[in-house]
Amino acid sequence: MRKFVYMITDEQGIHARPAGQLVKLVQTFESGVTLEKGAKKVSLKKLFALMGAGVKKGDEVAVSIEGGDEEQAAAAIERFFRENL
Amino acid sequence: MKWLQGTGTSGGIAEGPVYVVRKKQYDIRCLPFTDPEEEGKRFEAARQLAMERLSGLYETAVSRAGEESAQVFEIHRMMLEDEEYLDCVREGLGQWNAEWAVDRAGKQFAEMFRQMEDDYMRARAADVEDITRQLLSFLVGREGEDTDVSELSSDGPVILAAEDLTPSETVRLDKSRILAFLTAKGSANSHTAILARSMGIPAVAALGPELLAVESGTPAVIDGGTGIVYLSPDEETQALFHGKIEKNRLYKERLEQLKGLPSVTRDGRKVAIFANIGGEDEAKLAMEQDAEGIGLFRTEFIYLDSSDYPDEETQFRIYKRVVECMQGRQVIFRTLDIGADKQADYFQLSAEENPAMGIRAIRICLTRPELFRTQLRALYRASAFGPVGIMFPMIASEWELEEAVGYCETVQKELKEEGIPFSGDVELGVMIETPAAVMISQSLAKHVSFFSIGTNDLTQYTLAMDRQNPEFGRFFDPHHPAVLEMIRMTAENAHREGIWCGICGELAGDTALTELLLEYGMDELSVSPSKVLELREKVRKI
Repeated sequence: MRKFVYMITDEQGIHARPAGQLVKLVQTFESGVTLEKGAKKVSLKKLFALMGAGVKKGDEVAVSIEGGDEEQAAAAIERFFRENL
Repeated sequence: MKWLQGTGTSGGIAEGPVYVVRKKQYDIRCLPFTDPEEEGKRFEAARQLAMERLSGLYETAVSRAGEESAQVFEIHRMMLEDEEYLDCVREGLGQWNAEWAVDRAGKQFAEMFRQMEDDYMRARAADVEDITRQLLSFLVGREGEDTDVSELSSDGPVILAAEDLTPSETVRLDKSRILAFLTAKGSANSHTAILARSMGIPAVAALGPELLAVESGTPAVIDGGTGIVYLSPDEETQALFHGKIEKNRLYKERLEQLKGLPSVTRDGRKVAIFANIGGEDEAKLAMEQDAEGIGLFRTEFIYLDSSDYPDEETQFRIYKRVVECMQGRQVIFRTLDIGADKQADYFQLSAEENPAMGIRAIRICLTRPELFRTQLRALYRASAFGPVGIMFPMIASEWELEEAVGYCETVQKELKEEGIPFSGDVELGVMIETPAAVMISQSLAKHVSFFSIGTNDLTQYTLAMDRQNPEFGRFFDPHHPAVLEMIRMTAENAHREGIWCGICGELAGDTALTELLLEYGMDELSVSPSKVLELREKVRKI
């Protein structure tokens, strides 16, 4: 399993547009990917769940990736966070 | 005369008849004991049609409002594919008719958004309602028409009023027939407001239920900036707005006509008008305003927005996108200009008494070569996609420049060995902003292809006055003869060595100085995107 922690710096947090892009990216991998914000834990393959988590600027989130392609998935997802969030 | 106050969500003034559209009411009834399999098929058919339609809307939106605004339809499509949403609908399909199941799921998810803390997220309930209505419209066989915008009178353009407009309705409207959008609900965060802004149509939201009581055909004037709507305006109000509209229109028209024209004086002196930008989105704006290139791309935001040193790939992608966006026009990137006053935590710079004169910009790059090398590699790689210039900030000594140029040579060698494409024509330049650089500009000119004068810092270093301090009053003279002499001297030395010279500080856009700057022989003036056409107008009058 791979895991990284990230602090959201985007003013609007994970709003609709990046949420859509992120879910689309994650769906291209076979690994299961979850995002944890405090006690909330959601699948990053599900748009409503991610939007429902209400991740805002300044929130610290932990992303876990587990599966056959976790290495590539983790690299791509972490890059997405850094570039867009 | 009556007036309504709302929230201005897209600036601009409009005048015309109001046309009120009402949403079709769907009579959704709960029918239990239906055939689950049959209802499942009906739902699936409606869902497929809705998804196809969303793909179509996406295309329309890309051409009318741009890629970024269009993404809302991509998100709607993804909502229709979301497992949890589908599970919720399917659960209903086991018990009731498809209409009821869809309506119920929609309400449930809209409610989830409505209960969130954040205004932006609460506004997303409208997105769920949009897809619900689209599904319903297909289920009841009305082929995706929801609010009947096609009934718009053919008499001419109107100010469209509605309870709320969904993104799909907004983008489907024929722009040439809409003067403005008025909505009873909605907020600046709604996608409709965002779309209106990118289509350049004035909009006012949150006008309340009174709006819907207005009779279609009532004349109105509206201001999308202040959010005020006058219904049946009296003559005085009308005259006031006419003046505003006319002034706005004439000014815009005048500037609009300058697009595509060269920035050249009456006696034939040409100057390139470039734009200063600090982010990717602004490149689009610069193109829209017909900037002839980017004279200063501040790369700092990439570092400031990041929680760790941005890697080469991340930087390369951003630079490449900007270069591509400019379609063959040159982009001059300023290498990292960060210091104790604006820094990212991971740089771990120690606090300084006088950060403006501290360890910053090129001084950091030369002490942390890995950082510099990563940026230079990304910049050179981007040069394979269009003309690129690189300039170094805060140069005070010739050896600093020699070292910086040396790193550029090493990077080119590395890329060549690795077989990574880059352009051999990347122009290197010095951002002239220390008085020391001005004094030795003739020697500096021998190493590079251009100078760009950063007048903001040059002024504060020359006058020894902090430009952030508002208390200087009459002591601070932005047109101080010493500063002007610095500029003249820099240009003269550049030309003596056969390189070009421009300005990328605030003085470049100061039209009181344009004539003088041209006399000094400035080859390029770089200003904020919104000032490009204004400056071109000034140049063409000289």
